[in-house]
Amino acid sequence: MNTWLRRLGQATAYLAFAAAVGWLSARPAYAPIGPDQALVRLSFGHYGARLGECRRRSAEELSRLPPNMRATLECPRERSPIRVHLELDGRRVYEAVLDPSGLSRDGPAHVYEKFVVPAGEHRLRVFLDEDIHRPQGEYTAAARAELAPGEVLVIDFRPARGGFVFYHHGKAFDGCNGTDCDRG
Amino acid sequence: MSGRVRRASERALARIESAFNAAFGNECNPVYHSGALTIYFFWIVLVSGIYVFIFFETSIFGAYASVERLTHDQWYLGGVMRSLHRYASDAAVITLLVHLGREFVKGRYRGARWFSWFTGVPLLWMVFPLGITGYWLVWDRLAQYIAIATSELLDRLPLFTEPMARNFLLPESLSDRFFTLMAFLHLLGIPIFLVFGIWFHLLRVSGPRVNPPRRLALGSLGALLLLSLLLPAESQGPADLTRVPQALGLDWFYLAIYPLYDLTSADFLWALLAGGSLLLALVPWLPPVKREPAAVVDLANCNGCGRCYADCPFGAVTLQPRTDGRRHPLQAVVDPDLCTACGICAGACPSATPFRSVAELVSGIDMPRLTVHRLREATAAALHRASGPLRVVVYGCAHGADLSALARPGVVTQTLPCIGNLPPSFIDYVLRRAGADGVLLTGCRLGDCYFRLGNEWVVRRLAGTREPHLRSTVDRRRLKVVWAAPVDSGRLVAALNEFLQQLARLEPQRDPVPPPARVAGEAAR
Ligand code: HEM
Ligand code: SF4
Ligand code: SF4
Repeated sequence: MNTWLRRLGQATAYLAFAAAVGWLSARPAYAPIGPDQALVRLSFGHYGARLGECRRRSAEELSRLPPNMRATLECPRERSPIRVHLELDGRRVYEAVLDPSGLSRDGPAHVYEKFVVPAGEHRLRVFLDEDIHRPQGEYTAAARAELAPGEVLVIDFRPARGGFVFYHHGKAFDGCNGTDCDRG
Repeated sequence: MSGRVRRASERALARIESAFNAAFGNECNPVYHSGALTIYFFWIVLVSGIYVFIFFETSIFGAYASVERLTHDQWYLGGVMRSLHRYASDAAVITLLVHLGREFVKGRYRGARWFSWFTGVPLLWMVFPLGITGYWLVWDRLAQYIAIATSELLDRLPLFTEPMARNFLLPESLSDRFFTLMAFLHLLGIPIFLVFGIWFHLLRVSGPRVNPPRRLALGSLGALLLLSLLLPAESQGPADLTRVPQALGLDWFYLAIYPLYDLTSADFLWALLAGGSLLLALVPWLPPVKREPAAVVDLANCNGCGRCYADCPFGAVTLQPRTDGRRHPLQAVVDPDLCTACGICAGACPSATPFRSVAELVSGIDMPRLTVHRLREATAAALHRASGPLRVVVYGCAHGADLSALARPGVVTQTLPCIGNLPPSFIDYVLRRAGADGVLLTGCRLGDCYFRLGNEWVVRRLAGTREPHLRSTVDRRRLKVVWAAPVDSGRLVAALNEFLQQLARLEPQRDPVPPPARVAGEAAR
């Protein structure tokens, strides 16, 4: 074949190759969520209540133990699963009973969920029960937030801060302590 | 894949390759060099990566700014290097997929060749994570997206007790913990595995093509450089965990699994990746093929010259100390597990010459299916029966153009497993002893031998640059070589017709010396 024709063929092939590389390396654009959507992320780790009561060891029992292990209280290690639910605008979107982690079921239970929601105002109510066997250790919190497209609202649980914490724009805000949010 | 689909895709591929052969020539056809090009692109990735690394800050808090500085303050070098790093990685995915697809369509992974295929699959599990971790290190909005999605995917596996994705919940929870791990994997861990993995992949391929021809290397580097200058690689704004990025420039070569994950679920994606990889790894045995019997060494005829060892494309022959007490120090030994039954070794063995006046021609190394003895007898018998003014022997190969289209009076065809199976002395023999007026050799297109090296060795043997040579006294006007894939059978027929006309114009051959034993028998298939 004619040398020039061959060179033209080669140039075309190289250009097509470069074009394919350049194009697909960033195009077509991709949007993980729609242009009028926002995201709610619910995630925390929490220790469920201990399953059994702690028991005081008798002096006799203590004397049988090696000296470095003589703790007066003997506590069962296993934890209760926790129950979590989340209501979004009055609708229950998530409900789960989560097992403790760890081989001896003595670690925290973890939750990680995300919910794509339409942008706009939303009411949230979240609930945690750290002992599914007994009526104790229940936490609930509610919040109202105006989410612009693409914004993320995070729901975390921080025992040190007294329970659930909501984050919007990366900053904690208090929700609305109970029922206010449900009104209006 | 059913036979019909395979043949159709093989023909389609051959047509595409024809176009590339026309533009680049067989020796520089990029499709033929797709494996070598993949390695070459990784070299570019390595060199550009080292440059980028010099200016990179390995911390989630400084990475983005350091890459931005490199891209903009130093666009003429750092920016180009960054772009080359990205684009060469993308180019490698293209050539890798072409390589994989081509080996598949051409069926070069069956039987003894399972090893390269099988060891290719883990390479996919290195290449893609290499790209993904690379995008992670930029710590822009794209990185944020893939970090979160990757964590969610990994959290489906029993790896961490605390969900990894929690690390990307809030700006305040960010730490260098996973970033350092990703940096380690990208900069050191995966590259080391990849180098080792490629070495392993090529372990059973002797003399693999690991470097593309210089022209192809320069051309593709030029194309990537041009692209880097016209369309420099850019970051997509610093990561911001308080927002979901809304329009991402996604690298579809490496990151296409993420939209798929968004559409489906972690379980679906893992099932797809695991199932797909398993299926891909098992392809060489789906369904199991019956292997052709391996080459066999006959020690009485082997002098340990090592030609079979040098020519075997699959490293199936080794030279080992003599076991039969003859004076030669070495002998050939075939490992049947590695042998593809191509017969190229028999074509190389000096004892395979048909001129030997023994009743039973036994080669030092030979193919049980079609021994050189049977080949000699079958050719002689067919020539004996052939009628017509001119008698031509066509030696072809099972993977090139089909020889049945060449049938006509006076033309004798012999299909070998590979044209490299033919000892060159056969050409001399059929012309001088068996009464042929001409010999036509055909096999896979140059650069694309089904058994990797067969046609290349034939070219060199005929040119006298590789043992065993075709004797220089052989009248080259009576020999024609046509490289033809199955789709080229029209061209092969035309070449035969032209050859016949050319032979008709030559003065008749002297009466050939009768062959030592002319046995009428069935032409070997
Ligand atoms: C990093 C990725 C890869 C690189 C750099 C690579 C490179 C190569 C090279 C250089 C050859 C030798 C070609 C020759 O000299 O004829 C080869 C052969 C081969 N590769 Fe790959 N390869 C890669 C991935 C794969 C994958 C993913 C598969 C399939 C699953 C695969 C299947 C094969 C097969 C079947 C052969 C032919 C061996 C033979 O001829 O018997 N490769 N590869
Ligand atoms: S037939 Fe000969 S050349 Fe071919 S793979 Fe087997 S030993 Fe190697
Ligand atoms: S080419 Fe023939 S003679 Fe030489 S080592 Fe191989 S089998 Fe032996």
